Amino acid sequence: MRKFVPILLMLTAPVWAQGSGPTPAMANRQLADPSKEAEAMRLMHSLRCIQCQGQSIADSDASMAATMRAEVRQQISAGQKPEAIRAWMIKRYGEWVSFEPDFKGARLLLWLTPLILLLASLWLARGLFRRRT
Amino acid sequence: MKLPWLLWAPLAVTACIGGLAAYGLVVPKDEQVRSAMIGQKLPEFALPPATQGVLPLSNTDMGDGKPRLLNIFASWCIPCKAEAPHLEALKAAGVEIDGIAIRDRPEDVAAFLDEFGNPYRRIGSDSEMAVQLKLGSSGVPETYVIGADGTILFQHIGDIRAEHVPMLIEKLKSTT
Repeated sequence: MRKFVPILLMLTAPVWAQGSGPTPAMANRQLADPSKEAEAMRLMHSLRCIQCQGQSIADSDASMAATMRAEVRQQISAGQKPEAIRAWMIKRYGEWVSFEPDFKGARLLLWLTPLILLLASLWLARGLFRRRT
Repeated sequence: MKLPWLLWAPLAVTACIGGLAAYGLVVPKDEQVRSAMIGQKLPEFALPPATQGVLPLSNTDMGDGKPRLLNIFASWCIPCKAEAPHLEALKAAGVEIDGIAIRDRPEDVAAFLDEFGNPYRRIGSDSEMAVQLKLGSSGVPETYVIGADGTILFQHIGDIRAEHVPMLIEKLKSTT
């Protein structure tokens, strides 16, 4: 057994490479009210982590994501609406921070392109339908 | 068929989309998330001193008629060590620098200042990164140019290197 202790210690060494600062209390603790927690969770899944970029703040272990989760939970428990919190984040980090692009400006194109392409292709193919009848 | 050229339109559209995707693969990726707070007033905050013997920092300490730099750093951040001499150079050039230590411990900040020097006028401790979030800051180190009236004028992401020092001095000068 004594032989294994140093090996076990070495295996756990990567833990020391983690950031050592404190984590905000609300980052990993659920809100007492389940409906509010669900509301917060839904929003957290649709906000992008600034540090690890591809992940939502609900999925990420990065310290920045922890801070953002704490902020979301604090604002939700203070009675803030999820969309207002999303706007709060966008005001600081730009549209980039939201996984749900809104329905205006250049982003309209993002939503409407599939529809436009479908209509255009139907129009192009209309002759095919006509000839059969 | 009246418009034979129109039949090529779907292929052209597909080629455009393919071209865009190919361009996305080639073009170098910019992973920096810029703050959307540039041009706005500093958010309200009041931070306790980051360690013994330094002054605390609140938003009202800046924007009192003198433009300053606001440097976001941490003792655990390696590029922050690399930028320390350049902050000293800025201080030597008469620039006042306020600091915010992110997710840090007082004893670690003290050790950091002992080893790399203290170019700061004030250092606030943002242990839960709440002020960092308010500023739209995405990491450490970052440096903001704060105007004489407390407006956030410029964000420098990453460590300050020797070539950035004259640029930052110029930005500070051009605000007054």
